[in-house]
Amino acid sequence: MTAALGSTRRDKIDELAARAGQVPAGGGGVSLARSAFRRLRRDPVAIIGAVIVVAFLLVAALAPWLAPRDPLEQALLSEVRQGSIPGSREGFPLGVDQLGRDVLSRLIYGSRQSLLIGVVSTVLGAVAGMALGVLAGAFGGWVDTVVMRFVDILLSIPGLLMAISISVLLGQNQYALMIAIAVTQVPVFARLLRGSMLSQRDSDYALAAKALGVKRSRIVLGHVLPNSLSPVIVQATLSLATAIIEAAALSFLGLGDPDISRPEWGAMLSSAQAVLSFAPMLAVYPALCIIVVALGFTLLGESLREALDPKFRR
Amino acid sequence: MLRFIVRRLLQLIPILLGLSVLLFAWLRALPGGPAQAALGERATPEDIARYNETFGLDQPVLVQYGKFLGRALQLDFGTSSRTGQAVTTEFLERFPGTLELTIFAMVFAIGIGIPLGYLAARRHGSWIDSSSVIGSLLGVAIPVFFLAYLLRLLFAVQLGWLPGSGRQDVRIDATHITNFFVLDGLMTREFDAAWDAVLHLVLPGIALGTIPLAIIVRITRASVLDVVNEDYVRTANAKGLATATVRRRHIIRNALLPVSTTIGLQTGLLLSGAVLTETVFAFGGVGSALRDAIANRDYALLQGFILILAVVYVLVNLLVDISYGLLDPRVRVR
Amino acid sequence: MNGSTAFSAAPRHAASTTPVLEVEDLSVRFTRRGEAGTQAVDGVSFSVAPGETIGLVGESGCGKSVTSLAVMGLLPKRGVQVAGSVRLDGQELLGAGDRALRKLRGADMAMVFQDPLSSLNPTVTIGVQVTEVLKEHRGMSGKEATEEAADLLDRVGIPDPRRRLGEYPHQLSGGMRQRALIAMALACSPRLLIADEPTTALDVTIQAQILELLRELVQGSGTALVMITHDLGVVAGLCDRVHVMYAGRIIETADRGDLFARPRHPYTGGLLASVPRLDTTRGTPLTPIRGSARDAIPWAQGCAFAPRCDSGRDDCLTEVAGSTVPLESDGAGRELRCRHPLTVPPVAGSPTTPGADR
Repeated sequence: MTAALGSTRRDKIDELAARAGQVPAGGGGVSLARSAFRRLRRDPVAIIGAVIVVAFLLVAALAPWLAPRDPLEQALLSEVRQGSIPGSREGFPLGVDQLGRDVLSRLIYGSRQSLLIGVVSTVLGAVAGMALGVLAGAFGGWVDTVVMRFVDILLSIPGLLMAISISVLLGQNQYALMIAIAVTQVPVFARLLRGSMLSQRDSDYALAAKALGVKRSRIVLGHVLPNSLSPVIVQATLSLATAIIEAAALSFLGLGDPDISRPEWGAMLSSAQAVLSFAPMLAVYPALCIIVVALGFTLLGESLREALDPKFRR
Repeated sequence: MLRFIVRRLLQLIPILLGLSVLLFAWLRALPGGPAQAALGERATPEDIARYNETFGLDQPVLVQYGKFLGRALQLDFGTSSRTGQAVTTEFLERFPGTLELTIFAMVFAIGIGIPLGYLAARRHGSWIDSSSVIGSLLGVAIPVFFLAYLLRLLFAVQLGWLPGSGRQDVRIDATHITNFFVLDGLMTREFDAAWDAVLHLVLPGIALGTIPLAIIVRITRASVLDVVNEDYVRTANAKGLATATVRRRHIIRNALLPVSTTIGLQTGLLLSGAVLTETVFAFGGVGSALRDAIANRDYALLQGFILILAVVYVLVNLLVDISYGLLDPRVRVR
Repeated sequence: MNGSTAFSAAPRHAASTTPVLEVEDLSVRFTRRGEAGTQAVDGVSFSVAPGETIGLVGESGCGKSVTSLAVMGLLPKRGVQVAGSVRLDGQELLGAGDRALRKLRGADMAMVFQDPLSSLNPTVTIGVQVTEVLKEHRGMSGKEATEEAADLLDRVGIPDPRRRLGEYPHQLSGGMRQRALIAMALACSPRLLIADEPTTALDVTIQAQILELLRELVQGSGTALVMITHDLGVVAGLCDRVHVMYAGRIIETADRGDLFARPRHPYTGGLLASVPRLDTTRGTPLTPIRGSARDAIPWAQGCAFAPRCDSGRDDCLTEVAGSTVPLESDGAGRELRCRHPLTVPPVAGSPTTPGADR
């Protein structure tokens, strides 16, 4: 027998290796986003979260077609019998509220406003926070000091108190509500992005780019920022949940959107407290909606965190 | 260690100054300005003009801010337009109740949260683990005031096991020295009054403690899971130490580091988070006062309370930092 | 050849004494829910006599660390199946209760780990971490234990030991930390000491000091030392006998001198050839082993090293030869798991030469 490597042997070993489920070394690299997505698809927690979120988004989008009735229409007084609020009756699957409006339709339409408040306030808060974070993280030095001191001051007021003061200041309307919640989110995003940018800035690849003479703006925008985004994405997903819950809390404190033409879960929940002892379901339905949506965003956010964390990569 | 504390205290100064600027600006930005805030909604334009003159509101902003700061340093935050009482007096009357409630809530959250989180981690993958994970996810997803209403409806209204409103039964004629009702009862040896005050804390305390409970369970679990895989735990086992020693000295001691930060942060947040719970239970603490102030546009009280609560929050966080330094030698030296 | 994995080649140095540690046909299998199990250690046998130092050598992932953890009983209980036999002074350890094992660990057998920083509890002083062993196993009181701890630190060459006792791990240098860990391991004069890559995380100059320290401490005390390493330099300086592992099995066993002078397994030859040597001409390229440990095929299908081997033939595969490659006696005091061993010692720069057919 010769010492030469028979091609048949190599093939056979490759084949064996493949059969054993082991890929020979040198398999192509997979980008972080793609591998994260692949892991998300296999993670049952992520799937549950995503299904919940998508389902509610669909309900919100298709509200006019899904809702059996006009959410503002009040049933005739004769139909609203004392002591039977709400009651399942023909045409009102979940009954009616104190004003004789169809609860199911209000829940369906309410998803629009609740999700809108959540998304808008989170996006506003994230964008403002990220702007501050980029400013601090990219420039460093005194800019960093000033920005971070400002963020520290914002952080020194507990979130709910902050939201209260801002809605008191801006008056009662849906934009005030969104801005109030957005402001409470700003410090988290600012700190997060700055922190992750700082660690990226000192990383070896950024130093390598610097050593190669790449311009600072290019390093920051082209390398550091994109690599710092994953914790922000995770936080944004989790913040959606808090924003929706916080909106309900502000509604409860009488700082919600006073416009009754827009049903909203938080407002429904608050107004149902008055009749809680004899019609608890009026409060339970919107509360369940809030809980399930918040849970959906939280599950999605947590599994995103795991999927994007290099520690969990395999 | 002392230098560490002093440095932290010095770092507080700019934050507190910034805070005072923010709240000063806040009151001025309000519709009607500080005069309206002080005199209430029914003030006539003449009242407002007179007020502005008396308090020098026609002077430059910087001078006004200086005066505001000077008064704030003397703990003078004006008077509540609703009750006519000094905001500081109002706060001191109500804060003990909120503090009692917060302490109860945190004892509840820590007492259950840490053991449960530890158990969940050590029985990783068991039903205890899964249910505590699910429970902690639910705990942060439930709107606090809804949970408070449910608890009240079930245990106070329907079952009648526990009182559902106030801080003490009005029929009890208790002596109040410190306004900490439990403490007062113990000091005056009116034990039934103290016990009644404790019972009044149970439902709001549980409602208030649910979010910290959920967070403490999660952090403890994650932290213990991290620590048991640390090399030094393997070293401790390789040294043949008794299981109890490994658990106490090498696992729990390190696992509680991140938990301690969470506990501090949550305690600070609860002092203000009480606004929702206290409203539901008509508790009469700081939170109830805030809610009344919002409803009555009592801006002076809002401003004063928010400022004081923010300072308390900052101080609690400072305490957390210091205790973290005591727990983790690596921080101390840095 | 019988192909048995028993102690056909007992260590020369210890021919007359009973071994401290006897590992026989040790297998460790990791099973994860929903996945096929991984055979991390597969029928490993070796023994160590009092005062003897053996080396377990191989690339990372070859199962040498898992072997040591299995001996110490430190593998997690869930998802791990351990089979075979591990005897310390004749006492069977596999299947022994947790309580019994804890009595032995730290007292009769001790271990030093790779990364001294992460192996020390960051929130507890060095003093407490040393004295806790003394209190646990030697029943010492606080004061007594402190005295002994200072003495131990002094013995492992830590200057100013009394002050160090009150310090935390992060206040010590890497070398000092490893010395402290060694002090803890030796606190009860164990019969067996396992050192798992004790110098890998240290600076080169410190490495030599630590190895020297280990040698001094073991010599004369009669402690049996198991060195786990991927570093042939460590083996050359310290070990009496060497077991080379690949993909969970021992593939070659020999006394140190023999192994370096005449490596027989192509993998051993490859390891030696990939180390820079001073006695070759300048500019001679090193000969690294192709591929990585991930390319191993399961032993049941043939020699796990075959995909990377230059001497491999078709009969390295079970399918062709009709049997798996056995570990067989290979001359005096040597064992080998190879059908086509090397005949000429490899030199850096020259390709490894396959031997003639047997």
